[in-house]
Amino acid sequence: MAKTLSEKVWDAHVVRSAEGEPDLLFIDLHLVHEVTSPQAFDGLRQAGRPVRRPDLTLATEDHNTPTLDIDQPIADPVSRTQVDTLRRNAAEFGVPIHSLGSADQGVVHIIGPWLGLTQPGMTVVCGDSHTSTHGAFGALAFGIGTSEVEHVLATQTLTQAKPKTMAVNIDGELPPGVTAKDVVLALIAKVGTGGGQGYVVEYRGSTIENLSMEGRLTICNMSIEWGAKAGMIAPDQTTFDYVQGRRHAPTGDDWDAAVEYWKTLRTDDDAVFDAEVDLDATQLSPFVTWGTNPGQGVPLGASVPDPETFPEEADRTAASKALEYMGLRAGQPMRDIRVDTVFLGSCTNGRIEDLRAAAGVIQGRRVADDVRMLVVPGSARVRLQAEDEGLDVVFKEAGAEWRAAGCSMCLGMNPDQLAPGERAASTSNRNFEGRQGKGGRTHLVSPPVAAATAVLGTLSAPADLQEV
Amino acid sequence: MDAFTTHTGTALPLRRSNVDTDQIIPAVYLKRVTKTGFEDGLFAAWRNDPAFVLNQPQYAGATILVPGPDFGTGSSREHAVWALQNYGFKVVIGARFGDIFRGNSGKAGLLVAVVDQKVVEELWDHIEAHPDAPLTVDLGERTITTEGFSTTFEIDDYTRWRLLEGLDDIGLTLRQTDHISTYEQARPGYKPVTQLAG
Repeated sequence: MAKTLSEKVWDAHVVRSAEGEPDLLFIDLHLVHEVTSPQAFDGLRQAGRPVRRPDLTLATEDHNTPTLDIDQPIADPVSRTQVDTLRRNAAEFGVPIHSLGSADQGVVHIIGPWLGLTQPGMTVVCGDSHTSTHGAFGALAFGIGTSEVEHVLATQTLTQAKPKTMAVNIDGELPPGVTAKDVVLALIAKVGTGGGQGYVVEYRGSTIENLSMEGRLTICNMSIEWGAKAGMIAPDQTTFDYVQGRRHAPTGDDWDAAVEYWKTLRTDDDAVFDAEVDLDATQLSPFVTWGTNPGQGVPLGASVPDPETFPEEADRTAASKALEYMGLRAGQPMRDIRVDTVFLGSCTNGRIEDLRAAAGVIQGRRVADDVRMLVVPGSARVRLQAEDEGLDVVFKEAGAEWRAAGCSMCLGMNPDQLAPGERAASTSNRNFEGRQGKGGRTHLVSPPVAAATAVLGTLSAPADLQEV
Repeated sequence: MDAFTTHTGTALPLRRSNVDTDQIIPAVYLKRVTKTGFEDGLFAAWRNDPAFVLNQPQYAGATILVPGPDFGTGSSREHAVWALQNYGFKVVIGARFGDIFRGNSGKAGLLVAVVDQKVVEELWDHIEAHPDAPLTVDLGERTITTEGFSTTFEIDDYTRWRLLEGLDDIGLTLRQTDHISTYEQARPGYKPVTQLAG
């Protein structure tokens, strides 16, 4: 029977299938971080259960960790306790860990691909909703809660009801200045934050095929922002080239066997999706959010929408509440919105290509006097590579702050936070109320828009900048 | 996990859509390493507002939450479920939920009952008119009833069975260890491991 990509990967991981029960799926890679794991390890301890496959489990520290003075003990005692708890649990249960200070530490979704641990056709889970990121390799990757973290630790499996399948067809050449981030923000504005609920989605089409791995990772990362269970992209030569030579990539005969299998991971021509969505990439422009969920976005050249223009009552109410929270008024041009902070980083846009794109814009320019720009590489290795390429110097000479790796300002859990009322242009994934700090206001943007905004102090694209 | 058969309690109408898990409990409250004590963080950003529904005296002691559509979207944090449970909620009734939140609830023993948004709106009106009237949620029968109101709700059969029996998910899977071992032996050798030899 003809199958979609996600069905092929699903079927290859079924440990047990029984009528009237969810399938039992084997998990190839379980990534663990400090926030969603302590209660899971506690559960194992109480039941006297070991971690079944520590060799398929990897822990790192990212959510709580500071991005300054990382050689010092973590100042916040509660954060420090949580990180220390992860270290103790990793030691007790034999789980490998990349701790703060190690060259391999970083945001969990940045280090998996970087190390070559994320490969096509795998099942990847983590107690973090942005696990969908890894689907860019043609892996079935999704976020789980702490009860499921404990389940995977104990059994290396998960019971899962089979999701429906959806194709997102994105075709055409991206106009200049338009990035993967703009594509996914425009998609979410089109389908809404609940549009993908219950589906594993496959991003397909010429636009996707022409994206780098970094761009594909950005798109799959935000699958959860429109409610999808997972987002996937069929592996191709771009994927294989990215994986080859990385630390955990197969070598020799193993590599050949792996690639031979990976080449079969494509949706069959006659396979049928349960739903399809089309997006014309040629019509896109830099995209930014105005509201408090990732679906509330418009092209940068547009204005803040009038809530009264939304057909649904619920959307009108949500838009009014969002404008009040964001301190915006209907009809205000997006380009007139002034920001206090620019955040470049996160599992959405904290990869080397994102830093290069922003550095290319900011080189030879200055961050506006009243703007603070934080540049936070997604992992310690990304930071080292950026420093090899001199990107740190570009950012520092422009007046930006060059930080150590971590989740940083993407979520208000570590010292990097917005103050109440402060407004940010952020390359992260969520503009929820208070996400970047209590009372903080977030506009989601691409890395080039972040850099241009830092220079002008108002939401801007690189095309708005004067030549240097 | 305790078995869930029926629950009777008063309800609280939360007339908001898209209440993501960051709103249910902000990240700054996620630093505890236990499953208890999260009630202080529940809806933290809205709790300071005396007009917020959780602060209204007629809903004090409510154990059934009735939010708008797309409740529990966003972050996978199971702390959102624990915060609701720690505060005293046993049941959430709504039209649409974030997938991960719904899964977490089923694992942690918080009943998520799915009804049409039209029913949610009828429930809101009914609760606001009779805040003291208890609702009875019967998982076996999949019904929600109160004086002058009755409806059915949806929940998948497997989650319903597990909740009714109060079964430990991990214990159930560990009965399948032979299947897991068989699968492991057949896995291709090129699949990566997280710790390299030497």
